[in-house]
Amino acid sequence: MQAASSIGTSLDFYLFVSFALFTIGAIGAMTRKNMIVLLMCIELMLNAVNLMLVTFSTYYGNGDAQIFVFFTMVVAAAEATVGLSIIIMAYRNLKSIDIDMYNQLKN
Amino acid sequence: MAKDLTLLFILALPLIGFAINGVFGKKLPKAFVGGLATGVVFIAFLLATTLFSGLHGTQIVKLFNIIDFDGLRINASFQIDALSIWMTLIITGIGSLIHLFSMGYMSHDEGYHKFFTYLNLFIFSMLILVLGSNYFVLFFGWEGVGMCSYLLISFHYNDAQKGEANSLAGRKAFIMNRIGDVGLLLALFMLIGQFQTLEFLQIGKALNDNAILQGGALFFITLCLFIAATGKSAQIPLFTWLPDAMAGPTPVSALIHAATMVTAGIYLTVRSNFLFELAPATKDIILYIGLATTLLAAFMALRQNDIKKVLAYSTVSQLGLMFVALGFGAYSVALFHVTTHAFFKALLFLGSGSVIHGMHEEQDIRQMGGLAKLMPITHFTFLIGTMAIAGIPFLSGFFSKDEIMAQALHHNPTIYVVLVLAVTMTAVYMFRLYFLTFHGTFRGGDTLKSKVHESGTSMTLPLIVLAVLSVFGGLLNLPGLFFKNAAHWFDHYLSHGTMGLDQVHNAHLSFTTSMALMIFASTIAIGAFAWAYLTYAKKGNIAKADEAQNGWERLSAQKLYVDEIYNSIFVKPLLALSDFAGKVIDIQMLRNGVYALADGVLNTANLSRKWQTGFLSNYLFWMVFGLITFVAYYILKLSVWH
Repeated sequence: MQAASSIGTSLDFYLFVSFALFTIGAIGAMTRKNMIVLLMCIELMLNAVNLMLVTFSTYYGNGDAQIFVFFTMVVAAAEATVGLSIIIMAYRNLKSIDIDMYNQLKN
Repeated sequence: MAKDLTLLFILALPLIGFAINGVFGKKLPKAFVGGLATGVVFIAFLLATTLFSGLHGTQIVKLFNIIDFDGLRINASFQIDALSIWMTLIITGIGSLIHLFSMGYMSHDEGYHKFFTYLNLFIFSMLILVLGSNYFVLFFGWEGVGMCSYLLISFHYNDAQKGEANSLAGRKAFIMNRIGDVGLLLALFMLIGQFQTLEFLQIGKALNDNAILQGGALFFITLCLFIAATGKSAQIPLFTWLPDAMAGPTPVSALIHAATMVTAGIYLTVRSNFLFELAPATKDIILYIGLATTLLAAFMALRQNDIKKVLAYSTVSQLGLMFVALGFGAYSVALFHVTTHAFFKALLFLGSGSVIHGMHEEQDIRQMGGLAKLMPITHFTFLIGTMAIAGIPFLSGFFSKDEIMAQALHHNPTIYVVLVLAVTMTAVYMFRLYFLTFHGTFRGGDTLKSKVHESGTSMTLPLIVLAVLSVFGGLLNLPGLFFKNAAHWFDHYLSHGTMGLDQVHNAHLSFTTSMALMIFASTIAIGAFAWAYLTYAKKGNIAKADEAQNGWERLSAQKLYVDEIYNSIFVKPLLALSDFAGKVIDIQMLRNGVYALADGVLNTANLSRKWQTGFLSNYLFWMVFGLITFVAYYILKLSVWH
């Protein structure tokens, strides 16, 4: 397949940004305790993937992936809604949104 | 009434009595319970007499099919022939008398209804045993009587002093019988293997058609049958349970352990005569086992001081005598002795029961003496029983025993001599028992003496009936000397109506030999009577205390230490083995093994449980770790490819 030239900067740049965003999101999700930050980190990872999808879509001149990105964004919006509601409910229980406080479910 | 219906009624009546007394007995009045139990057996007896009078040939009554697969058909069917009806008459006749006796004997017992329930169940099982037309039905009855025997021996299992001994006696009887039962089961399996049927008639017919079986199969079949017989009929080596079985109430000893159940082994052998006739080796074994039993048991009875124990050993001895007759192939002679023995041994046991009842549960003859005046009817009937078993001329025991002696003399004079020894001992210990109990002075103390009383009518009536039977029982099978036409009625009756027995002919001795035999036998009995009279009544000797015994007396009183020998040979090694199995195999190996397995599972589970921390960041970490590993793997894989 022939690489499309419509993309201005090089492909590597987009991939690097996407990778960086994903890594920041993943590390943030692993290390941060605040649930809202956690949610933000997950959003970050999702958008990193979106970026990569769009990049390749443009690169190959195939629009399928761009359609897929819309789905991802809709799912992400729904996920944020559910996630935030869970956080509110959790906060009502323990007056805290520290994720480490919620390890009691295992017992 | 049709024959088959009559037969079914005979079987059903005791079962009905058992069911009613077993379910409602506790709430019913005692008179009704006892009356019902006695009544059903007596009606069964009357029905059996109608069958007896209308008897000709063999008739099979089939009830239903039990097993039917792969060419093997076993029916619940019953057989009406001379042998089975004769046994039925004995069982129901003697049985109803003993039921009647029990109504008086057990009147103060709180387990009254239970007792009659068991007795009826026993009669039912015994009837199944003798009426069955195949070995399977016989086996059913065989197990049934074994169970009833166990239940009745340990009847007073919660007695304060003797309860444990009673239970142990019951257990011993049960285990000993089980050893014999294994023999019967093996014989059944081998019979099925050889003949594909268990029906008496079909096996007999198959043997007639092709008489020779391969590989000594008949020897093993008959040997196993005989092992079964030694268990039920208390022969060496399985006889030790019978004296212990005297722990049961006395009517039980009379009914089960003297008159009926213990003759099941004899019945089995007579019933299987067509097998035994083709296995002469087994017949020899029977002969010598019977001989040894009759001799040893008679010896043990010489110095027993428990009134029931003497009778128990005497029963073992008489059963041995019957097996000697069977060993000679004189089946009708053995069964004749079974009949007269049922009369006089039931009489003696019931008499001893009456004595024990009057003596307020005292069984030691050293505490008795002079009871003749206190209990006249018991005394008189007991005397008749004693004379009958000892072989005083013209009483029933004289004829039946003389027949066996005659067979022995005809076949093997040495065995005759040994039998003379046994018979002499029989007369001696029986008269010793009689004189010690009923003559001399009362040794139980004055308080007890004032309480001794003659038993009530329900107890003395059976005694009188049995005494009459004991006197005249010999008329059934008179020897050919005096009454040419009436003689050997029983032989003819049995051999014409029972399969196989018409092929067997008893030996008949010449006039002079028979005469000499009878005179000799009479001399022995009368001599023993005179000796016992002089020793125990005239001189007033009494039985020694246990410590004063020496030499052979101790040997006899201690039953030749057979129990002790069995204990050290069989019981103790078995206990040690159980101990080993319990402590080493079970606890150390099995239990600890199972524990180790469970611990292993638990430990691994505990280890892997730590993985589940509950911290989201940990899960995320492992997720990313997995992702990276996954990606790294493919990158490596691709780079290796290219």
